[in-house]
Amino acid sequence: MSHNENLLEVDGLRTVFDTSEGMVRAVDGVDVTVRRGECLGVVGESGSGKSVTFSSVMGLVRSPGRIESGSIRFEGRDLTRLSPREMRAIRGRDISMTMQDALTALNPALTVGEQLSEMLDAHDEDLPARGGARRRAIRDKSVEMLRLVGIPSPDSRLDQYPHEFSGGMRQRIMIAIALAPGPKLLIADEPTTALDVTIQAQVLELISEIRARLGMSVVLITHDLGVVAEHCDRVMVMYAGQVVEEGATVDVISNPQHPYTRGLLGSIPRLSLRGKPIRPIQGQVPNLVGLPPQCRFYSRCPDRTEACLQFVEMRNVGSDRRARCIALTQEEVA
Amino acid sequence: MTSTANPLLNVENLSKVYEGRQSLANRLAGVQPFSVRAVNDVSFHVERGEVLGLIGESGCGKSTLGRAVLRLHEPTAGRVRFDGEDVTALSAGALKDMRRRMQIVFQDPYASLNPRSTVADIVGLPLRLHGLARTGAEVREKVARILERVGLNAAHLDRYPHQFSGGQRQRIGIARALISHPEFIVCDEPVSALDVSIQAQIIQLLLELKDEMGLTYLFISHDISVIGYLSDRVAVMYLGEIVEMGPTDDVLARPRHPYTQSLMSAVPDVDAPGKHQRVRLAGELPSPLDPPKGCKFHTRCPLAIDACKREAPVSEQVAPGHQVACHRLAEDLSVWETGAEAGTR
Ligand SMILES: Nc1ncnc2c1ncn2[C@@H]1O[C@H](COP(=O)(O)OP(=O)(O)OP(=O)(O)O)[C@@H](O)[C@H]1O
Ligand SMILES: Nc1ncnc2c1ncn2[C@@H]1O[C@H](COP(=O)(O)OP(=O)(O)O)[C@@H](O)[C@H]1O
Ligand code: SF4
Ligand code: SF4
Ligand SMILES: [Mg+2]
Ligand SMILES: [Mg+2]
Repeated sequence: MSHNENLLEVDGLRTVFDTSEGMVRAVDGVDVTVRRGECLGVVGESGSGKSVTFSSVMGLVRSPGRIESGSIRFEGRDLTRLSPREMRAIRGRDISMTMQDALTALNPALTVGEQLSEMLDAHDEDLPARGGARRRAIRDKSVEMLRLVGIPSPDSRLDQYPHEFSGGMRQRIMIAIALAPGPKLLIADEPTTALDVTIQAQVLELISEIRARLGMSVVLITHDLGVVAEHCDRVMVMYAGQVVEEGATVDVISNPQHPYTRGLLGSIPRLSLRGKPIRPIQGQVPNLVGLPPQCRFYSRCPDRTEACLQFVEMRNVGSDRRARCIALTQEEVA
Repeated sequence: MTSTANPLLNVENLSKVYEGRQSLANRLAGVQPFSVRAVNDVSFHVERGEVLGLIGESGCGKSTLGRAVLRLHEPTAGRVRFDGEDVTALSAGALKDMRRRMQIVFQDPYASLNPRSTVADIVGLPLRLHGLARTGAEVREKVARILERVGLNAAHLDRYPHQFSGGQRQRIGIARALISHPEFIVCDEPVSALDVSIQAQIIQLLLELKDEMGLTYLFISHDISVIGYLSDRVAVMYLGEIVEMGPTDDVLARPRHPYTQSLMSAVPDVDAPGKHQRVRLAGELPSPLDPPKGCKFHTRCPLAIDACKREAPVSEQVAPGHQVACHRLAEDLSVWETGAEAGTR
């Protein structure tokens, strides 16, 4: 695969948090590839490391957390080696991330217009150099961005504060701010988890529409496999800080290889399953402090054997498919 | 299931209005106090052994309805009969006795358990309240037994809520609801805060317990797949009113109200992505402080006509036990045939 096709390549990422209970290995050897123009879905239960993985990509991991090892290449440049200033320039202009909780992620003390202007002022290179012309251009562009994400009467709403908007509108405003500089990659962290389905549908369609229009890549973090099925080209399943399965969405959903992916799909209640028992995965996600080096799904896996009590690597299990389970045979890589 | 002569729960024209208290300053300034009609003239019944699913978007009044039924919130108008008895007319003492038979599992497993009480105290409280155990030892023994049944054990008796995961806390909430051997439980989004694998465990548990103990559920959720999986009948709520109600297979396979249709089309389907043409509802749930006149859905409805702005539609039967409130029912339209962007702003 040529480098050109891949916008983002994360290799062997390890991010840890030093806590009073010990070291939390929140992200433990994660590889991610995001191709140009694609939408990559990232699924997994809470605490599986989805947000920490992509906060690491954004250079937003703060003490007591740190990136222990791994490389993060964006268009070939290793982001882990950039200075904070260089990283700030990339953040926003090239990569934007919308945070899980829109109310806390937006600045409550600034109007929506001020937050949009700040982003545009810092990153938009097509604006007039200075003075009234620049201010007017920023205002016009801000109105345009709010209109793009479907906020009614954007001109007057520019001067309102985040708390004056509903949850769905705040998510759309976050997306507007993230999209304002025209990034090549948008990372959306659970953009719709707190929203009602009809509003969720609006927000997701908005993201898909803009992706198609601007040709940008999107990482969609979610715990809803239905959302992935409808919106993502490829999907990456995370469990307890590791990627356990990866591949084209249709393949993974129609033919899951890893027992955890199978368990997740089997846990979704459906109208068609009425009267039949669902088969939930037993137990719960393990504590990430001091995990033994065995398969992390061992304690909950219906297929476990003694052979699983060792470190298990990702293996190729089909064309463009990978999974982390010892019961799967490694395919020859062409 | 159609109505029998003696349903376990019968709710008639129930309303709940939250009245805001008015400050002196506002009164002097002539500002009207707010009043929210969270539940408006709702009628339904639940048969013995049945699960009635109640679905709707955030803020539409689901929790308010669930609580008004138990008189945890005093209804503003209407009547609730439980096993033939008028709950709305009961004295405080009689209501307390009735509560043994009607319980609730709450939406938020983090907020609904007292952080300073142990599991033994939390789960044992209904036993003390209703005099169902004579000694402390008997309370502990009964609590231990119910904990086992919900997948916890006696070792958990003296722990505090913060020492448990979300799924375990929800099990504690279920144990508390079950320990007085009730007949009817309002499940207010008991799985909404949980991860999908834990959600499946809790759903499984609730269904097993229902069969074992002969329970009847009013099951509240905003998740159509959860409601579709476990309820016999479903009621769809929008801004305080039930707009469609009927057997689950009927309502979800052939939704007739434009709002139910829009909800169904908005749910991402893991098995058949892109199955439905999307209906993109414009706008959000209108403010319940100032609900639209006429049909409350007209500001977002793709099928709205002028009459919808003026007159509220009345519920009509479209199939046995299947009722819908919409002016355009007779035309047998569906929102995904219109292809239009919704809303008549
Ligand atoms: N104690 C209260 N005082 C005033 N208004 C209230 C109160 N409780 C609820 N409301 C209002 O009543 C309406 C219905 O609220 P309710 O909690 O019943 O909704 P819900 O359907 O359960 O929503 P969710 O899905 O978010 O739980 C909302 O507009 C809410 O703001
Ligand atoms: N600031 C922090 N301090 C300590 N541990 C953290 C911190 N942030 C995240 N973690 C831990 O890292 C793990 C992964 O978290 P996260 O990436 O937020 O999960 P997800 O987004 O998949 O729900 C969890 O075990 C979480 O408790
Ligand atoms: S390696 Fe073993 S325990 Fe782990 S997922 Fe595969 S079968 Fe299960
Ligand atoms: S009555 Fe009118 S506005 Fe209401 S749901 Fe029917 S068509 Fe839509
Ligand atoms: Mg997260
Ligand atoms: Mg509620």
